[in-house]
Amino acid sequence: MNAPTGSIASYNFAYLDEQTKRMIRRAILKAIAIPGYQVPFASREMPMPYGWGTGGVQVTAAIIGPDDVLKVIDQGADDTTNAVSIRAFFQKVANVAVTTRTDEATIIQTRHRIPEQPLRAGQTLVYQVPIPEPLRFLEPRETETRLMHALEEYGLMHVKLYEDIATHGRIATTYAYPVKVEGRYVMDPSPTPKFDNPKMHMSPALQLFGAGREKRIYALPPFTQVESLDFDDHPFTVQTFDKPCALCGAEGVYLDEVILDDCGGHMFVCSDTDHCESRQGDGYHGQQEETFR
Amino acid sequence: MDKPLLRVTHLSKSYGPRIGCADVSFDLWPGEVLAVVGESGSGKTTMLNAVSTRLEPTSGTVSYRMRDGAWRDVFAMSEAERRFLMRTDWGFVHQNPADGLRMTVSAGANVGERLMAVGDRHYGNIRASAIDWLGRVEIAEDRIDDQPRAFSGGMRQRLQIARNLVTRPRLIFMDEPTGGLDVSVQARLLDLLRGLVSDMGLAAIVVTHDLAVARLLSHRMMVMKDGRVIEHGLTDRVLDDPRAPYTQLLVSSILQV
Repeated sequence: MNAPTGSIASYNFAYLDEQTKRMIRRAILKAIAIPGYQVPFASREMPMPYGWGTGGVQVTAAIIGPDDVLKVIDQGADDTTNAVSIRAFFQKVANVAVTTRTDEATIIQTRHRIPEQPLRAGQTLVYQVPIPEPLRFLEPRETETRLMHALEEYGLMHVKLYEDIATHGRIATTYAYPVKVEGRYVMDPSPTPKFDNPKMHMSPALQLFGAGREKRIYALPPFTQVESLDFDDHPFTVQTFDKPCALCGAEGVYLDEVILDDCGGHMFVCSDTDHCESRQGDGYHGQQEETFR
Repeated sequence: MDKPLLRVTHLSKSYGPRIGCADVSFDLWPGEVLAVVGESGSGKTTMLNAVSTRLEPTSGTVSYRMRDGAWRDVFAMSEAERRFLMRTDWGFVHQNPADGLRMTVSAGANVGERLMAVGDRHYGNIRASAIDWLGRVEIAEDRIDDQPRAFSGGMRQRLQIARNLVTRPRLIFMDEPTGGLDVSVQARLLDLLRGLVSDMGLAAIVVTHDLAVARLLSHRMMVMKDGRVIEHGLTDRVLDDPRAPYTQLLVSSILQV
């Protein structure tokens, strides 16, 4: 990215060449047609290391247009390194408008979180996925996992949940919690906390998942049934928090622990920074706000 | 007991020009244990793998009488049906338990896997079945959450048997089930297998090179050499009155102690 200032003439719009975008769009269309099915695609080298969101960036690059407004979050926050870098990348190579406001964005690229504010029709959520195969750690052979998906042999997924209960007394999987899509494919919702699983169910927004290293794209079209796997006597539940957000006082949202000093001082704040800031802007505040300032 | 359970006709498997097994035909009846004996390389395991659909045979057919009484050619079934059959009505006990077990999940999950695969979604029931089956194969209940890695060879083999029997199959394939175990553990395992087979009315095909295993477990016996069946009959008859020269050699090679 050492192009002379003010000139990015050597790059095509949104970095990828048009043939590559076309190939990725075809994979995305197929993924939308078969919700939850992992479509292989010819993932490209991107100017960032694997694990930093190469899959998500390629999906975003393939769908973004000059009129789009992009928001990028990492762990719910707009101001972390990964989010800032990817946002700057698209500003540079696609010259698109960017925002941190969930309601203003048309494309939201995310690693881990789904924004607290409900998404609406017309918005697209792009996930950066490290390992798309939900059966991977149970069955190492790709040939076998593909066959298991094809034949709908998902008993093994419950073996994992069984192990959780046997070891911890409850289903201890808290992120990458497997879901069943439209009663057919079992899908790994990428490392989102299971707190966000219910938000995927019947969402009006389009959800696209890109795994760059593993070369897979999968999708949830709007209004798709997404059901978290569980046992009859150990039903699926999401995390709950004892206290509201220390900054904005929000309840029923996903909180991050923030260490304040080296004497054990800590507080829990919204993981979704945009949600927290707009609530504070609206005049809400939490209990620890004074001590924090 | 009026009809066979499995019918194998003219089954052959060749690896290019080499013969794995050739022209094997037999019927297996419900509740019957058939031992297949022969030296290393005689085609026993190839035959077992071909019959159990783990290998595609070069020619010949394998028909199985389903629970509804209908005969089905197992190689004409769809893959989904065949895999369902293999994990419900059939079982396969490997010589090396690591091949048949999931070594990184607990014993209870190993036993419960088949139940979950056929749609059992109640943790309490799955665990109760696992405890029940561990008891039947003489594994202490407090080992249920241990991984098979922490088990001895004999325990692993018993766990593998429990894992296969939990769906109450009607037919079980065993490839050298006592291989690699010391004699006292072997004796216990054989005793256990004999009990389970007779209690459950299980039909079994047991591949072994150990004639003592065949004598203890099986009703009938097939002797293989160079991929072909050279003698076939009731176990006691074959062992006490071997007819084929090779069988005579085999029987007379047993060390008497």
